[in-house]
Amino acid sequence: MQFMLLFSRQGKLRLQKWYVPLSDKEKKKITRELVQTVLARKPKMCSFLEWRDLKIVYKRYASLYFCCAIEDQDNELITLEIIHRYVELLDKYFGSVCELDIIFNFEKAYFILDEFLLGGEVQETSKKNVLKAIEQADLLQEKKQTMYHSKSFIGYKRAY
Amino acid sequence: MPAVSKGDGMRGLAVFISDIRNCKSKEAEIKRINKELANIRSKFKGDKALDGYSKKKYVCKLLFIFLLGHDIDFGHMEAVNLLSSNRYTEKQIGYLFISVLVNSNSELIRLINNAIKNDLASRNPTFMGLALHCIANVGSREMAEAFAGEIPKILVAGDTMDSVKQSAALCLLRLYRTSPDLVPMGDWTSRVVHLLNDQHLGVVTAATSLITTLAQKNPEEFKTSVSLAVSRLSRIVTSASTDLQDYTYYFVPAPWLSVKLLRLLQCYPPPEDPAVRGRLTECLETILNKAQEPPKSKKVQHSNAKNAVLFEAISLIIHHDSEPNLLVRACNQLGQFLQHRETNLRYLALESMCTLASSEFSHEAVKTHIETVINALKTERDVSVRQRAVDLLYAMCDRSNAQQIVAEMLSYLETADYSIREEIVLKVAILAEKYAVDYTWYVDTILNLIRIAGDYVSEEVWYRVIQIVINRDDVQGYAAKTVFEALQAPACHENLVKVGGYILGEFGNLIAGDPRSSPLIQFNLLHSKFHLCSVPTRALLLSTYIKFVNLFPEVKATIQDVLRSDSQLKNADVELQQRAVEYLRLSTVASTDILATVLEEMPPFPERESSILAKLKKKKGPSTVTDLEESKRERSIDVNGGPEPVPASTSAASTPSPSADLLGLGAVPAAPTGPPPSSGGGLLVDVFSDSASAVAPLAPGSEDNFARFVCKNNGVLFENQLLQIGLKSEFRQNLGRMFIFYGNKTSTQFLNFTPTLICADDLQANLNLQTKPVDPTVDGGAQVQQVVNIECVSDFTEAPVLNIQFRYGGTFQNVSVKLPITLNKFFQPTEMASQDFFQRWKQLSNPQQEVQNIFKAKHPMDTEITKAKIIGFGSALLEEVDPNPANFVGAGIIHTKTTQIGCLLRLEPNLQAQMYRLTLRTSKDTVSQRLCELLSEQF
Repeated sequence: MQFMLLFSRQGKLRLQKWYVPLSDKEKKKITRELVQTVLARKPKMCSFLEWRDLKIVYKRYASLYFCCAIEDQDNELITLEIIHRYVELLDKYFGSVCELDIIFNFEKAYFILDEFLLGGEVQETSKKNVLKAIEQADLLQEKKQTMYHSKSFIGYKRAY
Repeated sequence: MPAVSKGDGMRGLAVFISDIRNCKSKEAEIKRINKELANIRSKFKGDKALDGYSKKKYVCKLLFIFLLGHDIDFGHMEAVNLLSSNRYTEKQIGYLFISVLVNSNSELIRLINNAIKNDLASRNPTFMGLALHCIANVGSREMAEAFAGEIPKILVAGDTMDSVKQSAALCLLRLYRTSPDLVPMGDWTSRVVHLLNDQHLGVVTAATSLITTLAQKNPEEFKTSVSLAVSRLSRIVTSASTDLQDYTYYFVPAPWLSVKLLRLLQCYPPPEDPAVRGRLTECLETILNKAQEPPKSKKVQHSNAKNAVLFEAISLIIHHDSEPNLLVRACNQLGQFLQHRETNLRYLALESMCTLASSEFSHEAVKTHIETVINALKTERDVSVRQRAVDLLYAMCDRSNAQQIVAEMLSYLETADYSIREEIVLKVAILAEKYAVDYTWYVDTILNLIRIAGDYVSEEVWYRVIQIVINRDDVQGYAAKTVFEALQAPACHENLVKVGGYILGEFGNLIAGDPRSSPLIQFNLLHSKFHLCSVPTRALLLSTYIKFVNLFPEVKATIQDVLRSDSQLKNADVELQQRAVEYLRLSTVASTDILATVLEEMPPFPERESSILAKLKKKKGPSTVTDLEESKRERSIDVNGGPEPVPASTSAASTPSPSADLLGLGAVPAAPTGPPPSSGGGLLVDVFSDSASAVAPLAPGSEDNFARFVCKNNGVLFENQLLQIGLKSEFRQNLGRMFIFYGNKTSTQFLNFTPTLICADDLQANLNLQTKPVDPTVDGGAQVQQVVNIECVSDFTEAPVLNIQFRYGGTFQNVSVKLPITLNKFFQPTEMASQDFFQRWKQLSNPQQEVQNIFKAKHPMDTEITKAKIIGFGSALLEEVDPNPANFVGAGIIHTKTTQIGCLLRLEPNLQAQMYRLTLRTSKDTVSQRLCELLSEQF
């Protein structure tokens, strides 16, 4: 995988992860172009498209688009499930994750991603193992409650 | 304001993020950010030392600001400080900041590397993990230099924790991708392969990615991974859905790992060991069988994961291209997907079938789906799916269905999306040409193309139709009549005017007998378009007019009047003015005979690669233009009408034939022929101009030297008074590496020393060369080295050209030599017994597969030298195979990235006549041809 972008329906970038060296200028250009392309697509269209010499795999969860760029020989369907597994990890960690969780805890979103994907390749697919690694950092901290008003990606946000 | 979530909440950060979100305008946001930046700056500069928590908070705020898209130019030092904190969360934020915002500030890099080194040595697995993540995220050369030696040790050490192993494997992978030269191969490689057997599936997953990438570059070294991967895969696909616990994903056992293992196997040919091969075939069959079973879950994740494995298995089946049974099953499975309600599956089925279409085993099976694919073209609502349908129609096209497919593509073109029109135009043009049995159909198709999508018809397309009409006299009359009729339309595309102008200028006489298309009517028709056209088209029409003067004396006066008019003779455009003046003069002073000679019909165009194909390749990359070689052959037969394919000559690059480019038609070889023909406006200028070329012609003797390297890899390629070029090269399967040594023989520095590798267009697609620039100064007496990494993608004929330019004293030096990278370098010898040899020999009995050459010996006919040459050529020398002991036979496999081609050769010397007869049989005609050419030069 060459990079992963998370952006909102309004086109706001929420998370960016680059696995190939690119200049900031180039990254911004790519982001602008892709956000525009993906947002212009209609809901029932297929989740894959050719873009430059790469393949784009994307999926929308509630208000957020997850978008990956993979190379020619890479597998589109498994990439789609990489996205889903990442969403599940976020969901499990935050408890019914929504866009606001990712805005306010962007650093956690990055940490989770690093445990799951490294250098653009899947490192660990077991949900348990990934979360075990992440929660080590949180062990000493008491878990606090969340109260957001945003639609969660999977199911419904529980109200505390 | 939302409350902070779990973990170690940073309240200040949450407040800041809320503030930003509440900003009503971009200006307010910038104001808030600037305020925060000032605050952080003052905290960092303040006298009071910050505690770890504050530092972490501010660094995190900076990171947030950067991710919003603002520049950050401070805080790096504080982040680096966090790296040495003992608190995990502080260290973690420090690493995150470095990963996102690293710049090559050398002083910092040293500090960062130091912190990483400490963490790697800490033996604390979580700290080691963070450090490895950071290296993998940054992946810079400096980090590779510092850690590429260390990480393999961590990876294979017995006491390393599983999670650290996983990170180490992928970290190493990232470093190998950015700086392969810095990652040393060694003892660790064999131990890495054995990680495929690891108990921890997470370790296996990470290791498989690493092994796949390494195996692509070093297939021999990682060969043992094949059997391990097969047995691992077999255990996964036969396991019950609960066996693998957390590695089962929606009832699919370890889908990510399965896909990766199948990917790894695609680095290799089918396993030779029958047991391994059988086991793999079983796995693939099981995967295909499972596709037919009812789903274990209705969730889309279940079907996606299951089908991800299925598609990867099909890719492997296509890659092996050896089991007709599996290929046909794969095709049937994809056929089912073509009608699936999931758009994603239809898309992937179309894509995957495209590659199946090029396998001889499954081409026919793919063709049976033509109606479904045409239907997809008409009904799919998503342009990216329709695009795949176009690709597939192109791939499945052959003589039997060309008319139907071209007609469907043309009708689709009427409503096609703008983004893909040009590509469809190219494809239609290629198919129409390739499969034309009746050239009137070809002419009609191209004119239709121009009518429907004139703006998307590139120069290459209309150049090509003219080349073909000129080369085939049976279609010229029809072409003239058809363009004449098409031009009658009140509004026609300028490209049609160009084609019409050119064709009527050459062949208008063929229809002049019909009073409805008399010379004057033809002229008036063309001239009625003249004023609406651009300068290049008008220039072309002026040439048509002067041709008319020769063809039809009766319109000479009319044309002279036109040429003489002020709008021509005093035209502001120099090109038009010059043509008008010269043509007018020519028509006045030249006798009929001279006119007839000067304005004679164009000679047939020499055959060469279609400029359209070259363009499509450039647009789409080589992988999508599957059967190039085949199309090349078919075309040369069709167009020239001769029975023999014209081999693409290696010397084409060195012997330019300027006459062929008179009118700038056709492709320009990228090799040193001269300036590219200027398009349009400069049509005639090319005839007169003789501008200097930027790249030197090949050095004398280059051809001989080139031939010497066919059977050997090392030696001196070129030498003159100033410069010596030496070569050392090694090849393995489809990969190679060449060291080029440039020696300065003088005592004076060479300046601006720039060697450049030049591949002609069609070579570029088949041969990948990668190299780095060398130092532009070469001291007197010094030698510099350049490494070229070579990958053979598909078989090829031409050789790359090495051009060297430099300044010596005050003079500019320019040298070109052919670089001896030849197809036979990718040979792997194959030993076989006599019986096997002749059995295979008989299998390759198709006339196109055999190429034979009888030639006179150029060197003394010495048995031992001949043997050495055959071995040096790369094939195995098979003793006691040929019943006649005087004959030599050899066998081997040419490895390319896309396919492998089995080759057999037989050399029969005739001492009395001092002649040889050389016979090559391979599974690919172009390969037989090229190998025969290369080897014939050696004896």
